[in-house]
Amino acid sequence: MTTLTDPPTESFRLSQLIYDTRYRSMTIQVVALIGFVSLFAWLISNTVTNLEALGKDFDFGFLSVRAGYDINQRLVEYSSDSTHFRAAYVGFLNTLLVAFLGCILATIIGVTAGVLRLSKNWLTARLMTIYVESFRNIPVLLWIIAFFAVLSEGTPAPREFRGENPAASMMLNDSMAVTNRGTYIPTPVWEAGSIIVVITFLLSLLGIWAFGRYSKRRQQATGDILPNFWIKLAIFIVPALLMFFIMGRPISLDYPALKGFNFAGGLHIRNSFLALWLALSFYTGSFIAESVRAGILAISKGQTEASYALGMRPSRTMNLVILPQALRVIIPPLISQYLNLTKNSSLAIAVGYMDLRATLGGTTLNITGRELESMLLMMAIYLVISLSISGVMNFYNNSVKLVGR
Amino acid sequence: MSDFNFVRTEMLEAKEPPLTERGVVKWVRENLFSGWFNTILTLVSIYVIYLVLSSILPWLVNGIWIADSLTQCREIRDTVNGGEPSACFAVLTARWHQLVFGFFPQDMYWRPILAFILLFVALAPVLYDAAPRKLFYFTAVYPFLMVWLIWGGSVWGPVMVAAGFGVSYLAYKLVAKFSELAATIIALIAPIIWWLFFSGAVAGIIQSVIPISLYAVESKELGGFLISVVVGLAGISLSLPLGVLLALGRQSDMFIVKTMCVGFIEFIRGVPLITLLFTALLLLNYFLPKGVNFDVVIRVIIMVTLFSAAYMAETIRGGLAALPKGQYEAADSLGLDYWQAQRLIIMPQALKISIPSIVGIFIGLFKDTTLVIFIGISEMLGFTNAIRADTAWNGVYWELYIFVGLVFWICCFSMSRYSQWLERKLQTEH
Repeated sequence: MTTLTDPPTESFRLSQLIYDTRYRSMTIQVVALIGFVSLFAWLISNTVTNLEALGKDFDFGFLSVRAGYDINQRLVEYSSDSTHFRAAYVGFLNTLLVAFLGCILATIIGVTAGVLRLSKNWLTARLMTIYVESFRNIPVLLWIIAFFAVLSEGTPAPREFRGENPAASMMLNDSMAVTNRGTYIPTPVWEAGSIIVVITFLLSLLGIWAFGRYSKRRQQATGDILPNFWIKLAIFIVPALLMFFIMGRPISLDYPALKGFNFAGGLHIRNSFLALWLALSFYTGSFIAESVRAGILAISKGQTEASYALGMRPSRTMNLVILPQALRVIIPPLISQYLNLTKNSSLAIAVGYMDLRATLGGTTLNITGRELESMLLMMAIYLVISLSISGVMNFYNNSVKLVGR
Repeated sequence: MSDFNFVRTEMLEAKEPPLTERGVVKWVRENLFSGWFNTILTLVSIYVIYLVLSSILPWLVNGIWIADSLTQCREIRDTVNGGEPSACFAVLTARWHQLVFGFFPQDMYWRPILAFILLFVALAPVLYDAAPRKLFYFTAVYPFLMVWLIWGGSVWGPVMVAAGFGVSYLAYKLVAKFSELAATIIALIAPIIWWLFFSGAVAGIIQSVIPISLYAVESKELGGFLISVVVGLAGISLSLPLGVLLALGRQSDMFIVKTMCVGFIEFIRGVPLITLLFTALLLLNYFLPKGVNFDVVIRVIIMVTLFSAAYMAETIRGGLAALPKGQYEAADSLGLDYWQAQRLIIMPQALKISIPSIVGIFIGLFKDTTLVIFIGISEMLGFTNAIRADTAWNGVYWELYIFVGLVFWICCFSMSRYSQWLERKLQTEH
């Protein structure tokens, strides 16, 4: 907004600071700044006074002190002799783990539900509507607790797997056991030579990428289209499988088995993690489904018709015309859903999953009594996670933005 | 030509389409079995529906509504229902009042119920055009009435707080004759001075002369659905105006104001609500001068409001960005000042565009009121744990969760339906 005023003919008067639009915004800003700074100064001085009265200081030194508590799920080495910093790090990794896996599962569920909700199949579309509406309108905390209750109350205890005629049995060819103490799945055992198989596998991923480029160039030059999907699938599987047998099967699976009163061997996935992961994924999935549906509906029908008029097949129309445009609409809300999922993972406390909030903001805070430092540090970490995710979003948005006039 | 010995002279009656091309059969063929993929989808869907219904329906239908404990429920199940799975809804019959009202004194349930009924009266003019406009006066009074009905105590406390607005208006009128600016400043400062130094004393004096009071209920006695409604309602009605201000601040040309708004919004959006609630619980004592103490419910309301206001601001900013520049220019060319333009031209349109997301944030806020369980306020989920801690009901899960889920679902679903209705009503495009 620009307002044209005559150049001042008289000298500056104090009232101009308020009534003259040239100075007014400056006045407001200075007042706002003074107010803001003094508020902050007031808060800090209060904090200093209160800390002194309590005989506390503001010091992050507690992070290097022995933690003295155990964390039941850890991705890195940790024991109760480790420091509080290490505990916070374990919690941080746990937060990232559940957020990362949650994002993947939520995307799969959300995209499937969103597409099926638009399906011509009346029954499936209704079913998906019920899923979306029921998950969206009920608090995620209730879902987390309910999933946990299903897993811990609705599943058999390990002892029910025992005996001649057990009440419960393992699933998937005796490889997976769902119990009220957690789910046990086979875990790979890496023997000598397995590194070569892994390297081969990574190289074949590189090969897929290279093939994609080659195929695209070839198509642009000649117009021929190779059966991309099958070739890529072959590159994905065959070399690694070949190398696996050449090296003499260096990777084997360690199956869980009943020993004594519990299962041993395999990977033990705790119910707390499973409940949190599933609940967050299904909850966020329902929101993603709505974004996907909205994104597809946002592309006008004329695009589909134009593509059919050009003689494109429905699958190609979807891949080349609809999806690239729909993704531009879908991705921003999708990423903000990822952000929400990450933040909602802090509800892990409800089922006892040891995430950042439960270690740094929970046990560490209670043991050391350092509320101020722990909370500030925790907020800063969450802030960094969120800002990095939204940074990625902004980068993507700028790269796909339609260039307007 | 004599080859033709028969020529039809009248038209044939139109035949009905074949059986497979009409009615239910056609619909089923087109919607459920139009191809192999569709058929698979249908069969899978039917299987899923069968699976869910066959496990849940008998359990629901056999539900036992009257029993004293879970053990008794199981006895009834074994004797009357022949051991069939049966829900034990008796826990709801016995304990519904805790889930709904928390520890609110039982003989005073009429207070929250009355507040809840009056809520709809107060909301009527906001939600429906057809409601009499005069009801807006009641809407303005309602917040104070609700606080009084729920927390009780002397009626003069809320009245004196409300009087602060009257003080502000009076001060403005008195000073406006001399200077518009001074009047605005005085109108902002006067009520704060009133609230800080006078309202309590005056309320006390009037109370001693005309005592009207209800039994005072403490915040820790509130709980269940009641606390969700109180926190949700306060958060919803406070976060919208705050969100509008933040959005305008973020859009403004003033660098410092803009930076502060951006910083605030990004900070709040970057941390989980639960950390903010813990801040309110643990850290507020550090930040405030010694001796100053807030009620825990007010702390929660402030945090929830700040949290949704940041999201609201982003939503409204989207609405503002979607408005064509011509609207701003038209407002300028009419000679409207900034606030007039916002009030009359920009905001009505921007808010209309963002209705679905605004209501989405309201719904999110209402669902987030469950998080108060973590700072020691027992809302509905908290009471499901408390009820299970009683030996009589130890082991009851689904009946309680279904009740809580259903209550939230009804509230949130009706909010989203209302927003869709409003959106259709306000639609001006062809």
